[in-house]
Amino acid sequence: MGAQLRVYKRRIRSVSATKKITKAMEMIAASRVVKAQRKVAASTPYATELTRAVTAVGTGSNTRHPLTTEAENPTRAAVLLLTSDRGLAGAFNSNAIKAAEQLTERLEREGKQVDAYIVGRRGVAHYNFRERKVAESWTGFTDEPTYADAKTVAAPLIEAIEKDTAAGGVDELHIVYTEFVSMMTQSALDARLLPLRLDEVAEETGSEGEILPLYDFEPSAEDVLDALLPRYVESRIYNALLQSAASKHAATRRAMKSATDNAGELINTLSRLANAARQAEITQEISEIVGGASALADATAGSDR
Amino acid sequence: MAAELHVELVAADRQVWSGEATLVVARTTSGDIGVMPGHQPLLGVLESGPVTIRTSDGGTVVAAVHGGFVSFADNKLSLLAEIAELSDEIDVQRTERELERAKAEGDAAAERRADVRLRAAAAR
Repeated sequence: MGAQLRVYKRRIRSVSATKKITKAMEMIAASRVVKAQRKVAASTPYATELTRAVTAVGTGSNTRHPLTTEAENPTRAAVLLLTSDRGLAGAFNSNAIKAAEQLTERLEREGKQVDAYIVGRRGVAHYNFRERKVAESWTGFTDEPTYADAKTVAAPLIEAIEKDTAAGGVDELHIVYTEFVSMMTQSALDARLLPLRLDEVAEETGSEGEILPLYDFEPSAEDVLDALLPRYVESRIYNALLQSAASKHAATRRAMKSATDNAGELINTLSRLANAARQAEITQEISEIVGGASALADATAGSDR
Repeated sequence: MAAELHVELVAADRQVWSGEATLVVARTTSGDIGVMPGHQPLLGVLESGPVTIRTSDGGTVVAAVHGGFVSFADNKLSLLAEIAELSDEIDVQRTERELERAKAEGDAAAERRADVRLRAAAAR
């Protein structure tokens, strides 16, 4: 076998090994998307009921709560960025990070100081590499987040928002995550969690214009709101974590599918080149034999004369 | 025929139980409260404790609920809890072990959780 042919054969072997791996990753991601989607669906009843309750208290009482009232001139904001622990998901992480940076820039233009809270190793690595300050970060659960994870993420954020701004607290809480629209579409977006905009919340649940009953609060509207809002934040963060996980798996699946397709194409091209090289080798061998034979024939014919 | 109310018991990550009932007893921060059909709209904070649901076919469903909310309007009652378990899902022996361990470690929260579970399991 000629040197060139051997090189092609070796590359085909290595590309097909890669193809096998990406194919397996694609299938794993595909099965995980379904699981993650199911988890998103399972968490929906809780989230909708909670949102309804928040709207009910917010509209049904005149309670002023620090979590629903806007500060007169907000000076500090917290941004929670949800990324994944692992890459190999196309532009998934860079889109989320880009969205977070745009939001940070906008908030800073408005004269607010931004504290970054990050979930996922990718986001942490991005911020650390640029030596930016990260208020707090969590890693290790982005593939399959549980409600307990959402609680650990929410706890310092709620604490920060309840503290006075002068004492290191924040006035606003924003979240940047990747919304799972469909298997093919996931979009990074930012949302303001707190202070709460009740009209927006009502719009989300589709209960806009619906007249809510006059609730009897037990023990009191303030206490209910006090207990309700942290749960609401937790549930929103939980939902965002689940959507991010589903989006990440979908992005991985897509990235791995195109990697598999590319590997297949590369194998095709390489096999054609290898075939051409083999043909060229054979042709060359034949012409060498023919040339050698005729040279020999010429030589003998010459010596005969 | 007794009037009915629709009950949804949902935990943070799943729907635990839903169906028709004639009476629901839950523990709010200001005491036990019983909700029957036609109750005034209500929104309350739940304590950890067992919730008893008397279903319209005469049966009883008991669930251990760890914190959460109860809301009632238009004859629909929602029980929202971060963690909620039906009494038949509770493994009594394991919970007893948990209770002992919590007592030994002085973990008040875990002790309360295990206690609520045991009470719910005993009430079934």
